[in-house]
Formats: sequence, C-alpha cells, structure tokens
Amino acid sequence: MEIELSDEQKLLRETVRRFAEEVVQPRAKEIDETGEFPRAFFDQAGELGLTGVAMPEEYGGAGMDTLAYCLVIEEVSRVCATSGVILSVNNSLVCDPILKFGSEEQKREFLTPLASGKKLGCFALTEPGAGSDAAGLRSTARRDGDDYVLNGNKVFITNGTDADVALVFASVDLAQKHKGITAFLVPTDTPGYSHGMHEFKLGVNASGTTELAFEDMRVPARQRLGGDGEGFKIAMSTLDGGRIGIAAQALGIAQGAFEEALAYAQQREQFGKHLSDFQAIQFYLADMATEIDAARLLTWKAAWAKDGQKRFTLEAAHAKLFASEMAQRVTNKALQIHGGYGYTKEYNVERYFRDARITEIYEGTSEIQKMVIADWVINRA
Amino acid sequence: MVTTLTAPPAASAGGVDFSLSEDQELLVEQVRRFAEERILPGVEERDREHRFPSEVVAELGELGLLGMLVEEEYGGAGVDPLTYVLAIEEIARICPSTAVTVSVTNSVCCWPIAHYGDERLKRAVLPRLAAGGEIGGFGLTEPGSGSDAGSLRTSARRDGDSWVLNGEKAWITNAGFASWYVVVARTDPQAGKRGLSAFVVPADAAGFAVGKPEEKLGLRASRTAPLHFTDCRIPAGNLLGAEGQGFKIALATLDHSRLGIAAQAVGIHRRALELAVAYARDRSQFGVPIAQHQAIQFKIAQMSTELAAARALTHFAALASAAPASAAQGDRAGRLAAEAKVYASEAANRACAESLQIHGGNGFHQDYQISRLYRDVRVTTIYEGTSEMQRLVIARHLLR
Repeated sequence: MEIELSDEQKLLRETVRRFAEEVVQPRAKEIDETGEFPRAFFDQAGELGLTGVAMPEEYGGAGMDTLAYCLVIEEVSRVCATSGVILSVNNSLVCDPILKFGSEEQKREFLTPLASGKKLGCFALTEPGAGSDAAGLRSTARRDGDDYVLNGNKVFITNGTDADVALVFASVDLAQKHKGITAFLVPTDTPGYSHGMHEFKLGVNASGTTELAFEDMRVPARQRLGGDGEGFKIAMSTLDGGRIGIAAQALGIAQGAFEEALAYAQQREQFGKHLSDFQAIQFYLADMATEIDAARLLTWKAAWAKDGQKRFTLEAAHAKLFASEMAQRVTNKALQIHGGYGYTKEYNVERYFRDARITEIYEGTSEIQKMVIADWVINRA
Repeated sequence: MVTTLTAPPAASAGGVDFSLSEDQELLVEQVRRFAEERILPGVEERDREHRFPSEVVAELGELGLLGMLVEEEYGGAGVDPLTYVLAIEEIARICPSTAVTVSVTNSVCCWPIAHYGDERLKRAVLPRLAAGGEIGGFGLTEPGSGSDAGSLRTSARRDGDSWVLNGEKAWITNAGFASWYVVVARTDPQAGKRGLSAFVVPADAAGFAVGKPEEKLGLRASRTAPLHFTDCRIPAGNLLGAEGQGFKIALATLDHSRLGIAAQAVGIHRRALELAVAYARDRSQFGVPIAQHQAIQFKIAQMSTELAAARALTHFAALASAAPASAAQGDRAGRLAAEAKVYASEAANRACAESLQIHGGNGFHQDYQISRLYRDVRVTTIYEGTSEMQRLVIARHLLR
C-alpha cells in the first residue's frame, strides 16, 4: 500500500489549481448569480485536457486515469462547484460510457469531440416521474426502418441548455421495464430535440440544468449505444463511475470552504482573541480536516479500484455517500465560523454551503447509496 | 498561462495503491486464524471473570506479535507500522482486551525503548519483550494528571549510579503482568514539562509495587491497576534519551500508540458490523428477516461506510508514520494519527450502539457478543489521549 501522489499527479494538481484560481475563480460568484453557463470555461478546460481526463489520447482525451480525474474535479470544485459538475458530467457520464460501450465508429464520431472539449455532453436519464427509480422512465424509442423514433421528456439535465450531444435513455418496450431501456447518442440539433431555459437553483446555479423534450425525434440506429435493452445496465454502470466524480466534487467544495474558514478564524477577533484561539472553533476545524481527509481517501480508493478493473460499486457508493454528507457538515461549520458575515454574499461560504447540498442528491441520492451499500454488505459479502 | 496537459509517461505507476503486499495478506490471514482458534474460545468467560489471558500471551510472543515494530536484531519482527495495525485490527475483532495488551506492549513499551534506549538497555530488554513472551506497560497517567500529563508529580532523584523513584501511577494497562514499564517521572520540580524524564523500570525493582486491579466497564480481560514507587531504585542506564526529554518522549510514544488504538477501534467496528449483518439475516419480524427492513439496511450501510473511512484513515496514518515528512508537511504523521484515533474510536462507538440496537433485547443480554463489545469500545475515545486531546492536537497542526 502506498498513498502518496506521484510527481506527475502533483504536477497535474498544481497545473489545474493554477487554472482554477486564475481562470475559474474570478467568475465563480458572477455565474452563480446570473446562472450564465460558462461555455468559455469549458472550451479552455478542453484545451487543457480536462474534458476527457481519463480518455485515451487516440480519442481526444488526456490519457490519464480516474485518480487524475478526481484531482481535476476536486481542484476545479474547490473554487467553483458549478464548473466542477460541468466537467464531471462530460467526463464521467458521457465520455466514459461511450468508451466502455461504444463501437469504434461511435468513438470516432462522438467520443473524440467530447473528450477534447470541442463538444459538450449531457446525460439524459431522469424524468419527471423517474428519479431514483430510473427504471420507471416513460420516454419511448420505436424502431422504424434504420431509425428509432424517440418521444418523451427529461428533467434536471446538467449541461442541458448548452450541450451539443445528449446521451438519451428511452424504452423500446415499456412492458419490459428496465429490460426495455436503450441508450442513444443524439446530437442536440437533431429535429424533434428541444431544451428548456436555464432553471434557477439553490446551488451549482450555472450548470445549465434544464428539461429536454423529444417529439418524434428520429435517431439513426447506428447511434444506439449498446444493444436494445442494454440501456439500464449502461446507466447503472455509468453512475457507479459518476459517483466518484461527485465525491471528488464534494471534496473540492469542502476543501474550499475549509480553507476560507481556517483563514477567517485566524484573522477575526472577538473577546480580544482570534476565533482560532477558542477551543470550540479549534474543534470544528479539527473535525472538518479529519472528515475531509477520510473522504479524500475513500474517493481515491474508489478511483484506484476502478482503474484496476476491480468491481468498485461498493467503494464508489461509500465515497459518494461519505463525501457528500461530509461536505454538507463542513460547509455548514465553515458558515458558522464566519458568523453573520458567512450568511452574506460578501463571503464565499454561503455559495459553498448552497453548492454542497446537491451532492447528496444527484447521481444517486444518499438513500440510493445506502440501498446499494446494504445490498452489498448483507447479500454479497 | 498554464500549459496543456499531456499524458505523463507511466502516470499509472504513481503512488496510490491501496492493495496489501503478499506478506501483509499472509500475516493478516495468520493472525485472523490465531484469533479465531486460540483467542475466541473463552473470550466471554474471561470477560465475566475479569481474567487476564495469560495462556495466549506466550503464544502471541512466539508468533512475534509482541515486538512487531522492534528490529530483528533485537528479536523483533521488524514489520512496518501498517502491518502492525493490520495485526491489531484482527486481534481486536475477536478480543479487544487481548488487543490492548498487545498494543501496549508494542506501542508504548517496546517502541520508546527501541527509539530512545541505549544499546545496552535495548539488548537487555527488547529480546525478552519481543520474543520472550514477556509483556510491557507504560506509566504516564497519575491520579491528578490525565490529559494534562505535563503536571505529573512522581519524582525521580539521581543517587550515584541509580535513579530513585517515588510516587503513584494510575490506570496502568498490563500492571502486574508486565515485566517492564516505561515510566515518566519528574527530575526537575521547577521546570514544568521540561523537568520530566522517562525510565525503564523492571517489575522486580526494589520499591516497586502494583496496587489493586480496577473494576472496569469494559476490557475486563485486560488488567488495569495503579503502580506504587517507594524509593524504587533502578540503574542509571535505564534512563531513556536524556534527562528532561520525558515529555517529548511521552508525546512521540502516544503519537505512535494512537495507531494501535485506532486499529483496535477498527477491529471492534468490523466485528460489530459482522454481528449486526448475521443477526439481521437470521432474525425475522413482521414475517421477513429484519435485514429486509430499510431502517435496518440503512444502519448497516452507515456502519459500513464509516468503517471504510476509519480504516482508510488508520492505514494512511500508519503509512505516514513510516515515511519521513517533508518540511512543508511538518509533523504530518502526528496529525494523521490523531485524526485516525478520534475518527475510528468515535465511529466504532456509534457502530457498536447501532449493532446493539439491531440486536434488540438480545443485544442487551450478556450471551450476545455485542453487549461486551459495546462496553469494550467505550474506552477507545478516552485512553491514549481522549477525543478532546486528539482534536487539540489536530487543531494545533492546522493553526501552526
């Protein structure tokens, strides 16, 4: 066992940190307020290789591994969680399944532009009536000659307002429940495809979350990812990987909030002393640091397991559950340490606090993670 | 502006690898088998009778588990700290009392002697602890000095070729069974923490006596008793390090020993989870095994997640304690050991409480192992530095 970053990984982290602080951070507050999707950030991230970190170079990626990907998401989320999730979705939820399940032709046509950041991807699984129970989705795909004709609605689609390519899940046979679900790669300029307006949210406000609608949308059969009825398996396997990205995002949010709280506690004086001289505040900081370290280890372990081609469902669920709930606690304490100032827009902690909340919900709620973990521990151990 | 990332050659050969070595896997398997076959039988009786597991101590010595961190030239196993915590976890999973007996001998007796003893002392003492089936103790705490160890009052006075100790130590694990005690005493009454020195006291020293064993909530098969020093005379060469270094030696020793307690907590936590899962699968209510009720499933998921976190922190701290820290990292190992200890001990307490809850009324009965573990685990947030002291240690590092 060895848990130290290699020189290359340290260099990557420093490079991304510089990019995050110089390019991403200056706009973080503004895009949070306006909700404007930071497309220029995505383009620059693409030039750096951050849009397909773990994708092979021959398909436009940076050719690194999942651990490197976690470092990227943590560093970007440390200054801007919105930017973190935009990258996470493109990397984990769109590029990853194309690499794993796509044909050579699909990789050339779709993966290369997505991994290199020329195009932006979104992942369209959730529907108004199908959240945690993804198998209950109602979008349909009817075979018609060499095409499929898709109809239905999706909600809460990150990157949805600006995506160039959507990975869409629809059923070829609703009666077959999850065994009818099939995945399609759909350019967003396909006739019959439409998306809604930016939706204002509690946090990660500029991530282009919106709804999608498909009206007699004709998709050539060659754009089907995997076979008929393989979509549910593809979605679940993809979300296993996505959870590692969200764990890394939660970690970055917590790390950013912690650093601000640590600095504030050493500068702010009350009762003639710095806040950091009070034992209560010291104990908050100690717990925050401990839980951040634990979350980072769980996240890295899940990434390591994924890279080793091991089964990593349990590790990913552990990491996602722990890191997201940790981020909630840490950002809450960071805000508390800032007192009234923390409740204002003058400081960043209120944004971190709002941004952390979603990590317990998307890509599998905490409750879904617990169901996954309990199943493994009770039935498969 | 930053440069474009390119795939570094052999990035995947980097330094993040969570797998155990073959030697470590082998040792874990060996200790697990020993614990299940040799320690588990009688574990409940020993607890009920407050009986020290003397019969397994000799075997622990033969297996090399009492001087794991001691170099081979002094009779030890010479393993790395990670291997050590893996072994403690396996023993604690079966018997936390035996685990602390082993942990104390390794971490707070062998370790300071190996690090601060002179060659003669090391040759005289370490082989007997590491390979001779003898165990050790550590005398720091006093009736009036717990977390505030720097205020201790036991005195040591130089008299010719001897040191003469007077005073009392409290809560000493292995007291009466140990052959050697590392004892911290005051050599300069005016100098506060800097007036403390550390000594090795043999159990047969004149003027040394062990008091009445304590009756404890848990860990009843480990022995805890006070030590009394009445003009207790030991050779001058039994001083560890230099005069005045006692406080520093005690803190370094505790940094190290926290790994053992974190590992003990991880082992207990693991057992609490195993017992909960087995019980929940077996026990039916409302017509189905209670493992099918979501409330029970979610408790088990939480225990599993916190176990993974506690274990990762403990293993990471063990790795860090073996690696020289860079200047930028400072004493990172000390902070990480404190993080592992506070998190693992508190998580293990939560896990035992939840496991007992899953057991319902049966969990409250002494026939079920969880009732013992629930008592045993309680001390892990207290001894070798309370949770509160760990948080102070961590905060001190953060605010450095």
